[in-house]
Amino acid sequence: MRKAAKTLEARNASPLLVSLSAVFLGIIAGSIFILFIGKNPFDGFEKILFGALSSRRRIGNTLGMSTQLILIGLSVAFAFKTGLFNIGASGQMLVGGITGSILAYYLPMDMPRVLYLPIIVIAAAVAGGFWGFISGLLKAKFNVHEVVSTIMLNWIAYWMVYDFIPRFIIDPTISVKSKPIPLEHTLRAEWLRNITGFSTLNYGFFIAIAMAVVVWFILKKTTLGFSLKAVGSNRFCAEYAGINVSGSIMISMAIAGALSGLAGLTYYCGYSEIMEMGKMPNEGFDGIAVALLGNCSPLGVFFSAIFFGILKMGRGSLAATGIPTEIADTIIATVIYFTATNVLLSAFWNERFRQSFEKKEEAASAAMKANGDARSVSELSRKEFESLAKAGRHLLKEGR
Amino acid sequence: MEFWSVLSSIIPSAIAYTMPLLMGALGGLYSERSGVTNLCIEGLMLFGCFSSAAVIVKLQAIPGFSYTLALVIGIIAAMAASALLSLLHAFASINLKSNQVISGTAINMLSTAVSLFLAQTITGSGNITIVRGVIRSNIPLLSEIPIIGQLLFSRTYWTTWICLSLWLFSWFLLYRTSFGLRLRACGEHPSAVASAGVNVHRMRYIGVIASGLLSGLGGACILVTYAGEYNAGSGINGLGFLAIAALIFGQWKPLGILGSTFFFGLCMTIANMGKVFPVFQGIPAGYLGMFPYAATLIALILSSRKSSAPLASGEPF
Repeated sequence: MRKAAKTLEARNASPLLVSLSAVFLGIIAGSIFILFIGKNPFDGFEKILFGALSSRRRIGNTLGMSTQLILIGLSVAFAFKTGLFNIGASGQMLVGGITGSILAYYLPMDMPRVLYLPIIVIAAAVAGGFWGFISGLLKAKFNVHEVVSTIMLNWIAYWMVYDFIPRFIIDPTISVKSKPIPLEHTLRAEWLRNITGFSTLNYGFFIAIAMAVVVWFILKKTTLGFSLKAVGSNRFCAEYAGINVSGSIMISMAIAGALSGLAGLTYYCGYSEIMEMGKMPNEGFDGIAVALLGNCSPLGVFFSAIFFGILKMGRGSLAATGIPTEIADTIIATVIYFTATNVLLSAFWNERFRQSFEKKEEAASAAMKANGDARSVSELSRKEFESLAKAGRHLLKEGR
Repeated sequence: MEFWSVLSSIIPSAIAYTMPLLMGALGGLYSERSGVTNLCIEGLMLFGCFSSAAVIVKLQAIPGFSYTLALVIGIIAAMAASALLSLLHAFASINLKSNQVISGTAINMLSTAVSLFLAQTITGSGNITIVRGVIRSNIPLLSEIPIIGQLLFSRTYWTTWICLSLWLFSWFLLYRTSFGLRLRACGEHPSAVASAGVNVHRMRYIGVIASGLLSGLGGACILVTYAGEYNAGSGINGLGFLAIAALIFGQWKPLGILGSTFFFGLCMTIANMGKVFPVFQGIPAGYLGMFPYAATLIALILSSRKSSAPLASGEPF
């Protein structure tokens, strides 16, 4: 009985519906901007889809771009689940990337790949993890808000890379870039390049998928994940329950940093093969959008990263239409604003659902009256309710 | 003698670097004191910088149009534009009670993307360079004072004096008027203020819009004083976040933020002008660039332990 009563309620907006609405509104906002400069939005979106998905090579590039977005999205999402806001992904990426690049430069070329790949993967994760750990330490021990400390660490990493490139891995011909890493020392693989027409798709994509599974496993299946989430939802309650809050904050930021460090590795030693001086990777901020849009679940992060990957790769084809490529960033930013204001979106949908439910309720009771059914609406099963509502709607229409 | 020449070239620049930070931090002060966490100072300042650049470039291109008037109109436009953008944050955090940190981040990204997008359509390259910024001038009489005159009153920008008077005005408004008391109370115990018949939502709107106006002014100051161009690539290099850090370091107090922003301004000067001075020439560019951010982190470590943040900052009401 209780179950029936529970099912007979207006539906609530699911996170998926809210996310899709945010995407929809983001696209509307992007269209308004395109219209504003006197261009046709449909042309623009067609070009974006064309640029991202029209050939095997383009799909490969889109997945290559999505790779780092998945990893950063996971990083932000993981920190989020544990109550922390990691906007230092850019810096952690730079640190992971420079570690990988320096190792790629100095490790012997005849080293077997099976040995080489794990070394750079672990090194990048450890370096990024250390960078994240600093923010965690500052938060746990000195009460420094992680948002401010991670931003400062982003800029420190930026200048550190600025210093390290000329010191260790400079390209003598172009003195603001690092020397390109030879193919055997990147994450790229011959067979992946062959099936995707020499795209940027690399082993990083598989690392990203593996990490999505690992994050899901840690959060859902381990005591560590449980205590991290407990700290995230109520710090004081967790402390009372005997969970080491300071330790949790530090571990959580270190794991988030490690994920971003891996993103940096796939970005600088897979997707691209050089690092530039004086360039802050924007992907660190896009990762926030990925995490929020994906409702911080690993699967959601995966799909929203693909969506943003399409936007970011496809915008290259916009040049022909005269629409500035920044439209993609505008759409991404609008999407985050609407995911941040998800209260508005879910309120909108909940109201819609409630209205339609009330209409159905009215129709169903009318139908029951006509049938001489003495039960009240709340006693019906979902199926009966739906069919009665349908019948009732006809009755009400005829009555009018 | 060398020390004096270094000092007399560092201090005026440090003051120029301080003003945008001071305006950003003061904006943050209004917002956080009224109870809204404002992490979008960066975005608001950037948007102010861009809007003033766009307006000034258009006006200065008109033949015969006064350069100074163009600057004034540009600054006002920047304040208006950033105030409009801050309304988005106010609406999200006050009416919709959404997560203010996320909303702030979204505004930062939105500001970067929209200003880049518009800059691309205006100039094609994304960089906007104005013909002429504010001309430095000596203050009559005061600049004649030995030592202090040369450090503080020689070759100053007039925007500096506007910023400083706004700082003084804000201190008076927040600490010497009943309006200020109410605004601050909204950030500490909003329900108590509400029961006294004050409209908390309205006060918070005022706080956030004030932060928009001031950050917009700060962004415009960057453009018309030392930068001279809006650069889409580097934006404002995280100055807005430095302003927030200065707000924390200054313990959410007007005098505190004046001191902390000047400290950061000094660090920025050393980072940006380090190459000019023989004292710093041995230091690699990377370390000099890192210096203000590392100094900020250390300052935060020292000051965050006993935080006197407004109690209800970040709490929806």
